[in-house]
Amino acid sequence: MKAGAGARRPPSPLTVRTIPLSQAATASSPIPTGAARRTGNLGDTVFEWACRGSGVFVLLLLGAIIIELFVAGLPAFRAFGLAFVTSTDWDPVQEVFGAGVSIYGTIVTAVLSIILAVPLAFGVAFYLTELAPAWLRRPVGTAIELLAAVPSIIYGMWGFFVIAPAFATHLQPWIIDNVGELPLIGFLFQGAPFGTGIFTAAFILAIMILPFIAATMRDVFEQVPPVYKESAYGLGATTWEVMRGVVIPYTRVSVVGGIMLGLGRALGETMAVTFVIGNANRISSSLFGPGNTIASLVALEFGESETGSLKLASLLALGFILFVLSFIVLATSRYLLRSRLKG
Amino acid sequence: MSLSLTAGAIPGPRKDPEVALALGRRRKRADRIVRILCVGATLVGLAFLASILLTLTYRGFEAMSLRVFTHVTAPPGSEGGLLNPIVGSLIQAALGTAIGTPIGMLVGTYLAEYARGSKFGNAVRFVSDILLSAPSILIGLFVYQILVLPFGGFSGWAGIAALAIIVIPVVVRTTEDMLTLIPNTLREAVIGLGSPKWKMIVFVCWKSAMSGIITGILLAVARVAGETAPLLFTSLGNNAWSVDLTKPMSSLPVTIYSFAGSPFEDWIALAWAGALLITLGVLSLNILARTVLRGRK
Repeated sequence: MKAGAGARRPPSPLTVRTIPLSQAATASSPIPTGAARRTGNLGDTVFEWACRGSGVFVLLLLGAIIIELFVAGLPAFRAFGLAFVTSTDWDPVQEVFGAGVSIYGTIVTAVLSIILAVPLAFGVAFYLTELAPAWLRRPVGTAIELLAAVPSIIYGMWGFFVIAPAFATHLQPWIIDNVGELPLIGFLFQGAPFGTGIFTAAFILAIMILPFIAATMRDVFEQVPPVYKESAYGLGATTWEVMRGVVIPYTRVSVVGGIMLGLGRALGETMAVTFVIGNANRISSSLFGPGNTIASLVALEFGESETGSLKLASLLALGFILFVLSFIVLATSRYLLRSRLKG
Repeated sequence: MSLSLTAGAIPGPRKDPEVALALGRRRKRADRIVRILCVGATLVGLAFLASILLTLTYRGFEAMSLRVFTHVTAPPGSEGGLLNPIVGSLIQAALGTAIGTPIGMLVGTYLAEYARGSKFGNAVRFVSDILLSAPSILIGLFVYQILVLPFGGFSGWAGIAALAIIVIPVVVRTTEDMLTLIPNTLREAVIGLGSPKWKMIVFVCWKSAMSGIITGILLAVARVAGETAPLLFTSLGNNAWSVDLTKPMSSLPVTIYSFAGSPFEDWIALAWAGALLITLGVLSLNILARTVLRGRK
């Protein structure tokens, strides 16, 4: 049969025409040359350049964002030098600005939210890939993914009107009474139970990034070749042992990539954090104390800044710093997830 | 945590039956504990979603009335509605998507049809992925710098531009993913019939990937409909009725933001009504997008 099909191949001119084009579709080969090029018409040229031009546009867009933020923030970098990054002053009256507090708040809330979200996300991913009955997988998976679709402002309102009061009256007094007295870690949980603050912000962030991390973990867990898992099961391993001994070692790098993706999201989250973090420009030792993040500071103070003022430049400089932070995290995440992207 | 862990986690059989039984019980117990914890984690995740939806439904329906749709925003205590934010959000989300989608589709097509494996293509894909997850507030700052400052003020167009920039990477990703799924034999068949490549892409590849691309567009609309941060610095918000795109324009998320943070009871109630509207819209778009995609599979 196969030989017969081979014999009925089209005559050579057509073959010549097909090969370069199919290469163009599958491999890195540039525009088809020779015969194919001659038979191509104006439409091909226009269409290809429209596609290529859009690609260049996206590239330039990111470049423009970086350059624009840097140039606009330049007056602040000039006025305060490197101290801008470390200084904890933010005094609009005396025109002294420093990014220290908001950088601290950004990193602490993001890292704390990762600590809270990763175990939950792992549990969800494990449940969805190994434990859930088949009929339940899709609805539960969709519901978790819908958590990612809820707009950030809704998390902010929910956090402010539901979570913060609940924390202030129930969770935080209990933690302050029971954990606040402990040596070494107690100081993290002292102070008044405001409800809002760094901890609440991290809590809301954790819920927001949970679906991103869980979805990545689920996708990479599903890519483990069944043969590996089956051989472990065949040796008598329990589900958890298969997870720990086969699935996690196999997907470790991608799992870290998924966590970094969540971290990148958490760094730049604005509206939800603005609602619940308490917005105070100080570093408090307690996690229940108020603080701010780069994004919340920019969102709050931007409206009160005059065009061309040093304050506006400082806010844009903060934006530049945030961009650099998230760029590093997101680029790392993408690097770690590259095998998955290729697959 | 390499392959040797497998051996560590699952010890070989023991000679002593007592020890073997105890070990088996311990392994089973560990397995059961982890299972329970994982079910618990999933329930916690679902509980958050339920809590958000229940709060929104309860507080939102309480504040919902016909007035929300027929009156524009008004000072506290004077019976305002949300008409101008609703219309403003619809205009900005629709135009933002209309501008961002063609660019995103072309980029996705470039990545899938012209630049597979090329260095430049990888760079574009990387940049698009960064844009997809980059903080949206920075896109607002960027558009403020290039469209608000030079053109003398906040405007609906600036808001639309910011939303369009957010739409692009969403559409790029789904377009590329969907085009990559199309088998090459299909392309070869079209080319073999003597069609130019652009016709192959537009009439065959795009057509077969259409449901996926539509999913991407719906997801993009859902994403930008709820965006607040980029609009704060671009279209700003407008308490009067205005559909003039060169003037500041109201939008639901920004109105919710300012109303929810206010001390006035009736404004907060309106914010809940708006929050319910936007969440219902966004979630139904998401579910619709999934149904479109599933219908094809």
